[in-house]
Amino acid sequence: MELIEIKNCYKVYNNGVTAIADLNLKIDKGEFVFVIGASGSGKSTLIKMLYREEKPTNGSVFVGGINVAKLRNAKVFKLRRKLGIVFQDFKLLPKLTVFENVAFALESIGIQKKEIRPKVIKALENVGLKDKMRSFPNQLSGGEQQRVCIARAMVNEPKLLICDEPTGNLDPDISKEIVDILDKINKESGTTIIMATHDRDIVNKMKKRVLLLQNGVLVSDDKKGSYKVHEGN
Amino acid sequence: MKAIRILSRGIRDAFKSVIRNFSLSTAAITCSSITLILVAVAMIISYNVNHITNDLEKELTIVVYLKQTCAEEQKEEFKNKLEMMKNNNVEEYKYKSKDEWKLEMKEYSDTFSTALDYLDTNPLLDSVTIYVKDVNLLKETTDEIKQLDYVESADYGEGMAENLVKVFDIIEKVTIIIVLALVLVTAFLIGNTIRLTIFSRRNEIEIMRLVGASNTSIRLPFLFEGLFLGILGSIIPILITVYGYVLLYDHFNGYLFTQIIRLTEPFNFILNVSGILLVIGAIIGMFGSYHAVRKYLKI
Ligand SMILES: Nc1ncnc2c1ncn2[C@@H]1O[C@H](COP(=O)(O)OP(=O)(O)OP(=O)(O)O)[C@@H](O)[C@H]1O
Ligand SMILES: [Mg+2]
Repeated sequence: MELIEIKNCYKVYNNGVTAIADLNLKIDKGEFVFVIGASGSGKSTLIKMLYREEKPTNGSVFVGGINVAKLRNAKVFKLRRKLGIVFQDFKLLPKLTVFENVAFALESIGIQKKEIRPKVIKALENVGLKDKMRSFPNQLSGGEQQRVCIARAMVNEPKLLICDEPTGNLDPDISKEIVDILDKINKESGTTIIMATHDRDIVNKMKKRVLLLQNGVLVSDDKKGSYKVHEGN
Repeated sequence: MKAIRILSRGIRDAFKSVIRNFSLSTAAITCSSITLILVAVAMIISYNVNHITNDLEKELTIVVYLKQTCAEEQKEEFKNKLEMMKNNNVEEYKYKSKDEWKLEMKEYSDTFSTALDYLDTNPLLDSVTIYVKDVNLLKETTDEIKQLDYVESADYGEGMAENLVKVFDIIEKVTIIIVLALVLVTAFLIGNTIRLTIFSRRNEIEIMRLVGASNTSIRLPFLFEGLFLGILGSIIPILITVYGYVLLYDHFNGYLFTQIIRLTEPFNFILNVSGILLVIGAIIGMFGSYHAVRKYLKI
């Protein structure tokens, strides 16, 4: 069964820019999908619609059976609890330790204290950062910070992990590490992963499904895709 | 269980925030303290003045004398009229006929008694004492009665008492206006403190939204913060009320300046006032923070 189904979806911003045009798309449970395209092609817009940061102007976006287009503001939190989100700019809280940053996600949704600790430790183990859990974000490298973010996104064991250019700020070697962690999560827990990226090397190495956007239009959907020269970045 | 965790987290965050924004919190608490002290003073004065004016108002009566020529039917007519005026300003009246006066006077002194016995007719007048509902309309009511042609005279205790009541009335109104203005300023200050807290915690709020915190659990800490500020602001006014009023009461032995102005007993009066101050503080705080959350916490 598909986890995500997008039908005749349009997104037109208030300023008149059409960021997504007539998008039709299905993504199954357990898939690993790259979203690529030049700057301004609509990658982030697509991602934002998946977690209901933006509403589609037209059409429907189903995530785990919920039509995001019709979801009321007060109910958005129910959708967000089913997915994890990772950004390019980490969004870690500087005054909290690594442990506290990950625990923050569980506290925010009212999880019991005694359940929090084992979950957080497990999530940190999965990204190989258990021994840094007392450090503060500014004591970590960029790659380590991004791993904390992945732990935070995964700590509630979501079915879907959404990443918007998670390696955008990282060196190529570190980027590869991050994507390997994502790949491991995908394989071990069957979590569906959608990752928007500019990173040509990574896309080419991973041989995953690749969606290519051009000016908001899905121009190719390749099962074992790669970055082609003319697509640029 | 989950609700309790969210609640306790809200309270904890609110506390932290009050302490973290120490200077702003202090400003808001000070302002709400000043407001509530004024509210307390106003309540104490107003309650006691009410007390006093109630006493005074009881003393304010219209005394009517009927003409010697007044016939029995006219007396009945007058009583009927007063009955009707109970729908307006007449609270109660006491009729005393000239014969009753005569008896009373005879008892009062032997000289009167013999003098009155010498006369064939009773030279005294029938009288009516009227108690009114609203002393502010005393003059109007008196004038209305004066116009009746069988009325010899109608008078009320003009002067001091009436003026005193009027002055108290004005003081009360002015105090209410000042207090209302201060309440608004306090609510605004508390709202502003909450606004800055919201701003300083915008990253946390963003992450809470992303990981799926419910809107209620995001808003709760800010509402609690306002509540705390309001309640903290009521502590000093309550202490002042409790100690101040007891001290005042003891110092004046329960009377203010003269024997006429009697102060209310401190208990349970100060407890009621303290309770009201706490509630007002809490409401102002909630109102201020609710407004700020509505306006500045976009979720
Ligand atoms: N909030 C917004 N309001 C108006 N226009 C927007 C908004 N966000 C994005 N756009 C426009 O929509 C188009 C798609 O933007 P989007 O951010 O989805 O691109 P992107 O593929 O993520 O680009 P990048 O690779 O640079 O991150 C762009 O033309 C952009 O200017
Ligand atoms: Mg983008």
